[in-house]
Amino acid sequence: MTAIHSIGNRFKAIGSYFKNLPKRLQLWFKALKKDPKDTLIKFFKKNGTELFAFVLLLLFLFPFYIVFINTSKPNILITDTPLALPESWGTMFTNMQTIFDDTRMRYFSSLFNSLIITSFSLVLIGVSSGMAAWVLVRTKTRLSMTLFLFIISGLVIPFQVVMLPLVSLLETLRSFTGFGWRDTHHAVIIAYMGFGAPLSVFLFHGFIKSIPMDIEEAAIIDGCSRPQVFFKIILPILKPIFVTLLVLNGMWIWNDFLLPLLIIGRGGSTQTLPLAVANLAGAYVRQWNLLLTALVLSAIPIIILFIFAQKHIIKGMTSGAVK
Amino acid sequence: MQKEAAVALQEPKGFKEKFRDLWGNKKFQDRFWFWIFLMPVMIPFLLMVITPFFMGIYYSFTNWTGGLFETQWVGLENYRALASDFRFVYSFFRTIIYAVLNVIFINIVAFSLALLVTRKLKLQNIYRAGFFIPNLIGGLIIGYLWQFIFVVVLGTAGIGLFASSPINNQNAMMALVAVVTWQYAGYIMMIYIAALQNVPEDLIEASQIDGANAFQRLRHITLPLIAQAFTVAMFLTLVTAFKQFDTVFSLTGGGPSTELPGWIREIMGIEISRTVQSTRLIAVNIYNWGFARGNMAAAQAQAVAFFLMLSVISLGQVYFNKKREVEL
Repeated sequence: MTAIHSIGNRFKAIGSYFKNLPKRLQLWFKALKKDPKDTLIKFFKKNGTELFAFVLLLLFLFPFYIVFINTSKPNILITDTPLALPESWGTMFTNMQTIFDDTRMRYFSSLFNSLIITSFSLVLIGVSSGMAAWVLVRTKTRLSMTLFLFIISGLVIPFQVVMLPLVSLLETLRSFTGFGWRDTHHAVIIAYMGFGAPLSVFLFHGFIKSIPMDIEEAAIIDGCSRPQVFFKIILPILKPIFVTLLVLNGMWIWNDFLLPLLIIGRGGSTQTLPLAVANLAGAYVRQWNLLLTALVLSAIPIIILFIFAQKHIIKGMTSGAVK
Repeated sequence: MQKEAAVALQEPKGFKEKFRDLWGNKKFQDRFWFWIFLMPVMIPFLLMVITPFFMGIYYSFTNWTGGLFETQWVGLENYRALASDFRFVYSFFRTIIYAVLNVIFINIVAFSLALLVTRKLKLQNIYRAGFFIPNLIGGLIIGYLWQFIFVVVLGTAGIGLFASSPINNQNAMMALVAVVTWQYAGYIMMIYIAALQNVPEDLIEASQIDGANAFQRLRHITLPLIAQAFTVAMFLTLVTAFKQFDTVFSLTGGGPSTELPGWIREIMGIEISRTVQSTRLIAVNIYNWGFARGNMAAAQAQAVAFFLMLSVISLGQVYFNKKREVEL
């Protein structure tokens, strides 16, 4: 709700800015005619930085514009005149339809897989790490400190070190458990739970330390069981850090390529969006119209999310990093 | 009565009753919930991180080819072979160059952007969000996007800024650095913004009264006060540079091929000219050796070396930067 409000306010502010613009421009041009040099110097002194920042931003986002206009062109026009505006915007829908029908991309299935994997991983990482961090903070023994350091030490393990054995391990797990692990949702989700645990436990641990014990003690006296204390009292208090972790882990998991590349593989039945794009690019390197459309279609969900939850996303990503 | 008591004594207690007895003990309850609450984290962590980690260290000392059991201990053979493999040495050297360039460029751009958008600007929030946007999109997609810009738009077909596309000649590394800077600077900028906003206004004003110019203020007041943000930003950029995989994968694919530099040939005693891949960083190399070339044991030895390198560098860097921080 607040996100929508702030967007509304922003649009109102921009609206009033442009509403008064003609009047101000008129006044400014009058002054310019009267004393050109002085007016221009004044203008740049006052608005120079603003102008500079604005032009810089436009240049910064120019690649997106180029890609966007080229999604509405057939392949030949893209390589001939990449900077020209498209002849007909309708071509965009033709290109999109081709991507939706493409058997390598499988857009909707890949989008669905990305959504399933990201959302389940996020909730499971959040709850499991919160539970672990809570008992690790509240149990003051040498064992719990050691376990905490053990989990934190996972922060320094890069995925590249474990990825080759992990693939063999998943193959072995299949013969042990009797069901598949490679190219499945559960393997990817469990892997994300493992790799997400160190940072999440670390952040929760720091936060829980600042929660006073009194609340929990009162709840136990009132007859709450241990799980009740956690799920009914502690978990709601953890909300701010939970949101930070949703953002941090969410951006990581949604955009991750290497882990799904190993566990799922390009073209796998549970392929995520990045895998789908890589799969498509491997097939049509020269068909830019399709590749660019695929890029736009894969970037759009997260851009939409950013527009609505901009504040949370920026705050989550920076506060998570600083800690 | 007596008979009944005797029977009760003789009959062994069932699991349920034993558990109920233990449950009365508060210490047992504590321990029970401790382990139950730890399980959801410990099982995935042990299964997916710790087990393959130790398997990997073990395999790096064997002639592992990808299966699980049929391996033979070869000692340090893989590491010895690695040190004398010119492709690894070159890749190592390129990774260092890439990481250094990346840290420098990203931090300079991000800090400049942060200084710019913390000034009093009308569209301040729009600039911040705008510079941040490339960071939302995954490295893989960014790589393909810029491949298009380099090859089609800036390359031969488009405005012809370059004779040949920079990702296909010796400039590939610079192109990669530019792309990653473009993507990552907005994120690091946010860290600097947060730090800059914490610099007390009155310190700046006091220095202005004392006659410090803008550069002196930056050098003697702002920079020491945001040293912690520098630690964080440099740590993040360095580690991500080392781990960089998806952008390289999609932008250059590790290429283009180039000749092995003369000085590496001299050091390693190679006389004939050799071809290497100019943007194949270690992280990419591990994947490539493991899966494209099927050289699992060598790739794993490389991965372990990569891990050691990463740990040493990041720890050293944190230590070095911590010393310069100013406590407020």
